[in-house]
Amino acid sequence: MPRKPITVKPKLEYLSILDGEGKVDEKLDPKLDADLAVKIYRFMVLARRMDERCINMQRQGRIGTYGPCRGQEAAHCAASVVMEKEDWIVPAFREPGSFFMRGWPLETILRFWGGYEEGCQPPEGVNDLPIAVPIASQTPHATGIAWGMKIRGAKQAVLCYCGDGGTSEGDFHEGMNFAGAFDLPVVFFVQNNHWAISIPREAQTRSETIAQKAIAYGFDGIQVDGNDPLAVYVATKEAVEKARAGGGPTLIEAVTYRLSMHTTADDPTKYRSQAEVTKWEKLDPIPRYQKYLVKRGMLDQQTIDEIEEDVKAEVAAAEERYEAARDVDPLDCFDYMYTELPQELVEQRQEFAEAIEREGHGHGH
Amino acid sequence: MALMNMVGALNRAMDDALRTDDTVVLLGQDIGQDEGVFRVTADLLRRYGDQRVIDTPLAEGAIVGGAVGMALYGLKPVAEMQFSGFAYQAFHQVEQHMARFHNRTRGRYRMSMVVRMPYGGGIRAVEHHSESRETYYAHTPGLYMVIPSTPRNARALLLESIRSPEPVIFFEPKAVYRSFKEEVPEEPETMELGKAQIARAGTDITFVAYGAMMRPTLEAAEDLADTEGVSAEVVDLLTVSPLDTDTITESVTKTGRVVVIHEGPRTCGIGAEVIARIVERALMHLEAPIKRVTGYDVHFPYFARERAFMPNAERIAHAAREVLAF
Repeated sequence: MPRKPITVKPKLEYLSILDGEGKVDEKLDPKLDADLAVKIYRFMVLARRMDERCINMQRQGRIGTYGPCRGQEAAHCAASVVMEKEDWIVPAFREPGSFFMRGWPLETILRFWGGYEEGCQPPEGVNDLPIAVPIASQTPHATGIAWGMKIRGAKQAVLCYCGDGGTSEGDFHEGMNFAGAFDLPVVFFVQNNHWAISIPREAQTRSETIAQKAIAYGFDGIQVDGNDPLAVYVATKEAVEKARAGGGPTLIEAVTYRLSMHTTADDPTKYRSQAEVTKWEKLDPIPRYQKYLVKRGMLDQQTIDEIEEDVKAEVAAAEERYEAARDVDPLDCFDYMYTELPQELVEQRQEFAEAIEREGHGHGH
Repeated sequence: MALMNMVGALNRAMDDALRTDDTVVLLGQDIGQDEGVFRVTADLLRRYGDQRVIDTPLAEGAIVGGAVGMALYGLKPVAEMQFSGFAYQAFHQVEQHMARFHNRTRGRYRMSMVVRMPYGGGIRAVEHHSESRETYYAHTPGLYMVIPSTPRNARALLLESIRSPEPVIFFEPKAVYRSFKEEVPEEPETMELGKAQIARAGTDITFVAYGAMMRPTLEAAEDLADTEGVSAEVVDLLTVSPLDTDTITESVTKTGRVVVIHEGPRTCGIGAEVIARIVERALMHLEAPIKRVTGYDVHFPYFARERAFMPNAERIAHAAREVLAF
């Protein structure tokens, strides 16, 4: 009957490889081959330019409310690049680069924000879930997919995103707890961007880090500099390989910052200081990674310019395809409700068809 | 054929499904070693192993959310909620995901899954174990809301629910679990979802009921026949959403008089929808106002008051007499 300290076996690390100036820790540098290193850079730039375009399009009324990812490009692009085709990615809603990298057409993501269900339809052969709007309720889905992999004996893994706000949700706990209890091949990746709309990370939980929550679930946690693509890549690669080899889940906390608004519907000056934003702007992942790549001889000014040009053209082309496919039939809201439409819905569909005809609705927006 | 109660019949449906389809997986609290708190999953862990019959930690949200993930991956999960009164902790997974994935991905991902749960009063249970909240699920587009009433239709409907590509909420009337036995075929038998049945043919008045209320409803029909020579037709809905309007209105067209019976609260109950359909499609055939015998719009009483509270054959027969006397 003593009263004594209990020793838990915490394995908690922090990882940073590339500092804010683009200086690299030589010992930790994963020395990515040039193709992969530049691929990550290219998708970070694509995510950034697409993000800027989406904000403009929202302002022009061509898409609806949009949730930007500015500042978080390293966190999700350098994580998703690790996943193989047969793996699954379970996104939240601030990971556009992840979708593009996996082969989702840019205009599909535009369609989501533009108010079309078509924006949730993964391309054939891509094992990803669509954007998830309800906070962290995708976490148990990732656990369930990983559960399926384990039951079927597949050598696959799941990468599941959420934000720092999401870690307060019950689903985050439940998904993590089940994943630990059944030792499932899933990596939980928290983009800690410091703000859940107006609530700062410090007000979200008394935990000193989000990564340490893994200890309570009995698996490894790691906190990485989320604006350092090398650290994100290394931590995710290790976690995914461990998961595939039967080593169970990992929680990765990527410390990053939402440089922009929560969505186009809010004004962050109401709840955070410009000084804080300025501090994080200096830690922007794109210039620092660009410096590193130039120093490593993997990028030069000409390639940087070419990437900018390519990305600009890609975004413009996607915008055109989005605009060209905006005529949809409102009646088809019935068509995917069930595999076979029940009689009652057949009748409601007919009623809706007649109303559309009578009121003269086009197929437009 | 084998004579069995509803617990045995449901067990047989899950056994059929596990045996004939290796993508079927059961998951829930205490369903394995303990065989379920009502023993509905008896012996299934031993027969199919812990990768097919999975005892989970206590979290309704992760059981249903995990089942959603399994269905996305291509398995056919059958999740058990220990009692429907605890399924609210999973309601967001049902409403936001299970009911929607097929539609929002334009058919790319199917939610071929079942969430089973015992519902209803009458077993002297502690609070939160007696409610009938089928309306919540019936009000959620994209789901099938199925409620069997006898061992045989329970087996056939559960097997069909598991095999169906649609997401199904399957309410099990726990008051009926062991209350009577019925012959159930050895060979797998299924029944179409979304179809009501005429459980008793009649010509003077229509009773519309489902689940555990079928027993007192049939009893009231027999009493009325014996005492007053009234011929009551009884419609057993079996699927309360999507509702089989045709079977209801055909009966009403014939009888012109209706009593709707359910345990759940009256306001926005299944009865309200049944009556709306009758008014829309068979109003001119009605000979009298429709009556409802239902739970009242109060919290289900603790079990000391339960027996008085629940709709019974006498109350149903009384309502029928009023409708007949109009």
